[in-house]
Amino acid sequence: MSTPSSGNALTAPLRELGRAGIFLLTVLARLRLGPAQLGELLRQVYFAGVRSLVIIVISGFFVGLVLTLQTYDTLTRFGASDAVSTVLALSLFRELGPVLAALLFAGRAGTSITAEIGLMRATEQLDALELMAIDPIERIVQPRLLAGMIALPALVLVFNVTAIVGGIFFAVFLMGSDPTAFWSNMQSSVELMRDFGGGMFKSVCFGFVAAWVATWYGWSARPTSEGVALATTQTVIATAISVLVLDFVLSAFML
Amino acid sequence: MNKEPASAIVIKDVTLRLGGRVILERLSASIPAGKVTAVLGPSGAGKTTLMRLALGQLRPDSGQVWMGNVRVDTLSARELGRLRRDTGVLLQSGALFTDLTVFDNVALPVREHTGLPESLIARLVLMKLEMVGLRGTANLYPAELSGGMRRRVATARAMALDPDIMFYDEPFAGLDPISLGVSLRLIRDINAALGTTSIVITHDVGEIAKLADHAIIIANRRLMASGSPAELAGSTDALVRQFMQGEPDGPVPFHYPARALESDLLASGEKQ
Repeated sequence: MSTPSSGNALTAPLRELGRAGIFLLTVLARLRLGPAQLGELLRQVYFAGVRSLVIIVISGFFVGLVLTLQTYDTLTRFGASDAVSTVLALSLFRELGPVLAALLFAGRAGTSITAEIGLMRATEQLDALELMAIDPIERIVQPRLLAGMIALPALVLVFNVTAIVGGIFFAVFLMGSDPTAFWSNMQSSVELMRDFGGGMFKSVCFGFVAAWVATWYGWSARPTSEGVALATTQTVIATAISVLVLDFVLSAFML
Repeated sequence: MNKEPASAIVIKDVTLRLGGRVILERLSASIPAGKVTAVLGPSGAGKTTLMRLALGQLRPDSGQVWMGNVRVDTLSARELGRLRRDTGVLLQSGALFTDLTVFDNVALPVREHTGLPESLIARLVLMKLEMVGLRGTANLYPAELSGGMRRRVATARAMALDPDIMFYDEPFAGLDPISLGVSLRLIRDINAALGTTSIVITHDVGEIAKLADHAIIIANRRLMASGSPAELAGSTDALVRQFMQGEPDGPVPFHYPARALESDLLASGEKQ
């Protein structure tokens, strides 16, 4: 027999999803791109994108390095070491680039967005905007949501490039593979629209979801230090789960 | 229209529940236009709630809220926006935007609501900062200012568009004596210079006599008294007297409601 608490445990995530959905619809319904919003959008692209570059570049390089190491070792046993660049490029463009960059984005920019909006509520800054007849949804939330959709695809590009550089470093410079074969295999196996375009489409979707989650948890955070801390943790967890589930759904439709 | 002609704000028979709790019950009050009115009452009595009702951030469960000749509690979001452009609010924390300089904080409502060129905005902002004595801080960030200075900058921002009504939410909380004196003078000066109606929400009874022309006391979800500070100080009502004289016990009890002390002590003894 279900108890009230078990009912709450089951319905609470659905209620939360419903509230987050209404929040998103409100944000989209009030979408406005005036000069003030564009200025804030550029600033947010800088904060979410440019300031995430270091972690993206370092992570991308080492992911490329370790991916090439593992595939090179396995493929060499079957005499197919030339295919290493194919495996590297396809796994990066289709899956690893968008997914890993989105997870890193959630940890770096997502938590920052949540904490910023949560603290703005705790320190009455959102209230102050409302009382000055400035819509905080237009001024604070919309630029951050759009910035996620712009910044993440750009970060995925940088991630993919640095991962390929890592792969070249290992395969060509350390293992002595033929650079011409490395590049030509990659070029012949990667389809621009299906592999690269599909990955970029995913990254736009992940950026949208990551920014939605981050702005929602910041917006709904309890205005206390504990509330903001909890909201930032929830942002990382919810973004990670959403991105992985969405990745499966999108991959299933794209293949 | 049922309201006093000389009132800036009229609250009529307002009942408000929040989270199932009754915050205000059939409260009626009026704030005279062009004067400094203090809204007094114990912590949690609903003073700030009254301000949020007047600004349309909260809607009453019953009753009416009027600002001038506009009924606030039935306005749409767009109409509320227009109303708020004519009001200035100093929130308790100041609520300055930490990523903007002092100048940009004060310029924000001007840039948002007027099409003025930047050169004119710059003059206007510097004049407002001069009025609060902080023109020299224009290029500083809020984190570089003291608490009292932050509130003065927030005051400059609140009056940037020359509002008809200014709300000050707990403007004296946590201020040192010098900052307190500055704040008192500032509220008086703004009221005189701009001809605004000033509403000061506070529980700082000591400062009211120096500042307010009129005062209202809210307690137990209702309006308990209204009049000049001198009239309230001479009131014979037990609650008004307790509040005005700062007595620790009286109609507002010192103890939070609990069982008899003996029964709690006996119960704790039995547990051990």
